[in-house]
Amino acid sequence: MTSLVTDTRVVFSRELRPVLRDPFTVIFSMIQPLFFLGLFAPLLPDAPDGGSSLQWFVPGIIVMSCLFGSSMTGSNLLFEMQTGSHERMLVTPLRRPALLIGRALKEIVPMIAQAALIVAVCVPFGFELHLAGALLGLVVLAGFCVGLGALSYTLALASKNKEWLFWTVQQTLLFPLLLLAGVLLPIENGPGWLQTLSRINPMTYVVDAERALFNGEVLARTTLDGLVAAVLVGLLGLAVGVRAMRRSD
Amino acid sequence: MIETRELTKHFKDVRAVDGINLTVARGELVAMLGPNGAGKSTTLRMLTTLIPPTSGSAEVAGFDVVRHQREVRLRIGYIGQGNGAGHSQRGRDELISQGRAYGMGVRAARARADELIESLGLAEVANRTVSTLSGGQRRRLDIAMGLIHAPELLFLDEPSTGLDPQNRANLQEHILRLRAEHGTTIVLTTHYLDEADSMAERVIVIDHGRIIADDTPRQLKAKHVGDRVILGFAGPAEAAAAARASGGEQRGDRVRITTDDGPRLAARLAALGPDSIEVVRPTLDDVFLTLTGRSLREDASTPESELVEA
Ligand SMILES: Nc1ncnc2c1ncn2[C@@H]1O[C@H](COP(=O)(O)OP(=O)(O)OP(=O)(O)O)[C@@H](O)[C@H]1O
Ligand SMILES: [Mg+2]
Repeated sequence: MTSLVTDTRVVFSRELRPVLRDPFTVIFSMIQPLFFLGLFAPLLPDAPDGGSSLQWFVPGIIVMSCLFGSSMTGSNLLFEMQTGSHERMLVTPLRRPALLIGRALKEIVPMIAQAALIVAVCVPFGFELHLAGALLGLVVLAGFCVGLGALSYTLALASKNKEWLFWTVQQTLLFPLLLLAGVLLPIENGPGWLQTLSRINPMTYVVDAERALFNGEVLARTTLDGLVAAVLVGLLGLAVGVRAMRRSD
Repeated sequence: MIETRELTKHFKDVRAVDGINLTVARGELVAMLGPNGAGKSTTLRMLTTLIPPTSGSAEVAGFDVVRHQREVRLRIGYIGQGNGAGHSQRGRDELISQGRAYGMGVRAARARADELIESLGLAEVANRTVSTLSGGQRRRLDIAMGLIHAPELLFLDEPSTGLDPQNRANLQEHILRLRAEHGTTIVLTTHYLDEADSMAERVIVIDHGRIIADDTPRQLKAKHVGDRVILGFAGPAEAAAAARASGGEQRGDRVRITTDDGPRLAARLAALGPDSIEVVRPTLDDVFLTLTGRSLREDASTPESELVEA
C-alpha cells in the first residue's frame, strides 16, 4: 500500500523528470540573476580590507536566483490546471499533501544546480569558495526555496484560470523582497524605516546567513537566524500550500 | 456501482446539475447525452470526487463521494474533457507515474504502460514530449492513462472528441472489449449520437441539469418518436386523398404517418398507390428534438424542415 512518503516521491520524480530531460529550463529562470552578476557586480567597490566585492555579492545573487526560480514555479501548475492534467492527478488516490510537498521539494534540485553554476562562473573572477560553509548554505537555502515554491503553488491554486493574477502578484512581490533583503546594496546605510522593513523580511536573514556561510563563518549567530527564518518560511509555505491543495478542484 | 439521490450542483446562480437521481448497476455501459452546458461534466466531476455537491448525495463503487473520497478514487478511472498528460512530460513517463500513483510498483507500472502503448497504437509517440503530439494522439494517451490500473468503474468525458473516424472506431472497440473481458462498468458522455446509439445499451438524456429520459436507445426511439412512413404522390390532390385514407399528415405532395412498426405499415399503405414509399427509422437526435425542441446535430439549423425532408 502507498504512504504519504511514496506518494510524495511519485509527485517529486514526475516534477523532476522534465528538468532532467531539458536542463536548459534551469538556466532560463536565472537569466536575470546572471545579468546582475555580469553588469552590476563590476560596479561595486572592493571591500575595505581589499578583498573582492564578489565575496559579499555572490551569496546574495544565489538567494536571488532561488527567489526568481521558486516564485515562478507555480506557473507550471497553473498551466496543468488549464490543460486538465492537474484534474487528472486529483482523481488519483495520491494524497493531497503529497501533490504539494512533492512539487515543492523538487525546487531544491534546480536551486542547487543554479548555485553551483553561479559559483563556477565566479571562481575564475576571484570568488573564494569555502566548501563546508557553502554546503551548509545550501541546506539553509533548501528550506527557503521549498517554502517559496509552496507559496508560488498556493498562488497558482488561488489564481485558477486567472493567469494575470498569478503574474501580477508574483512580479509585485519580487523586487520589494529582493531590495529589502539587501541583495544589491547594504541596508545598514539606509534610513530607519527601510531598515525596519528589512528586519521583517525573512529573506534578509537568509541572505545574511548565506554571506556568512559562503565566507566560511559557520558558527555565527547570523547562521542560526538564517536557518530559523528559512525553516519558518518552509513550514509556513507547506502549511498554506497543503491547505490550498486540499481545496483544489 | 453508482447511486445518486437528488444530486445537485449550483455555481452561484447557475444550476449546473439540478437534482439527479441515477442508479447504475455493475457492468452497465451508460452514455450521457446532452447539449453544451447541460451539466454532464459537472455530474461526472461530482461522481469522481473532484467537486462536492451543493446538496444531495452520491455513492460510487460502494462509497460516499464526499466522506470516503480515497476509497472512491482507488476504484475508479476518469478520463476528463481536457488533456491528462503534462505537456512537458513524455507519454511513457506519464503512464508510469500514473501507475505509481495507484500504488503499482515500478516494474508493474512499466509493464502495464507497455501493454497500453501497444494496444492503443502509441508506440511511435510514447517517447515524445506530449506537447508535440497531435490532438488525437494526446487523446489516446489520456485514455491509456485512465486505464492503467484497470479500474472496475470508468468515467469518460467525451472520449472520442478530436479523434478521426478510424481512431474513434478503435476506441469504441477498446471500450467494448474492456467491458466484455473485465466486466468494467462504464459511464461516458458524448456528442456523437451514433456512438451512443451503437455502444450503449442505456442512454441518459440530460438537459438543463436534469435527466429528461433514461432508457435503451431502441425504447427511447419507439417511445418518443416512432417510425415514419412517407408516401410520395404526383400532386397535392392525390396526397390529400391518401392523407384522409391513412390518417396521416399532408405536406405538399407528400404524406407522413407515424407508427410503431414502419415496414409493416408501409406494406399496407402500398395499396394507396403512391409513387414512392419511404420508411424512416428515428435517430437519437429525433428523440432529443422531440424531448427538448432542439437538435444535437451540429449541422441542424431548421429542425422542422428537416423532418419534412426526411
Ligand atoms: N466551475 C464553474 N463555475 C461556474 N459555472 C460553471 C463551472 N463549471 C460549469 N459551470 C456551468 O455549469 C453548466 C454545466 O456545465 P458542464 O460543464 O457540466 O456542461 P456539459 O454538459 O459538460 O457541457 P459540454 O458539452 O459543453 O461539455 C454550464 O452552464 C457551465 O457554464
Ligand atoms: Mg462537458
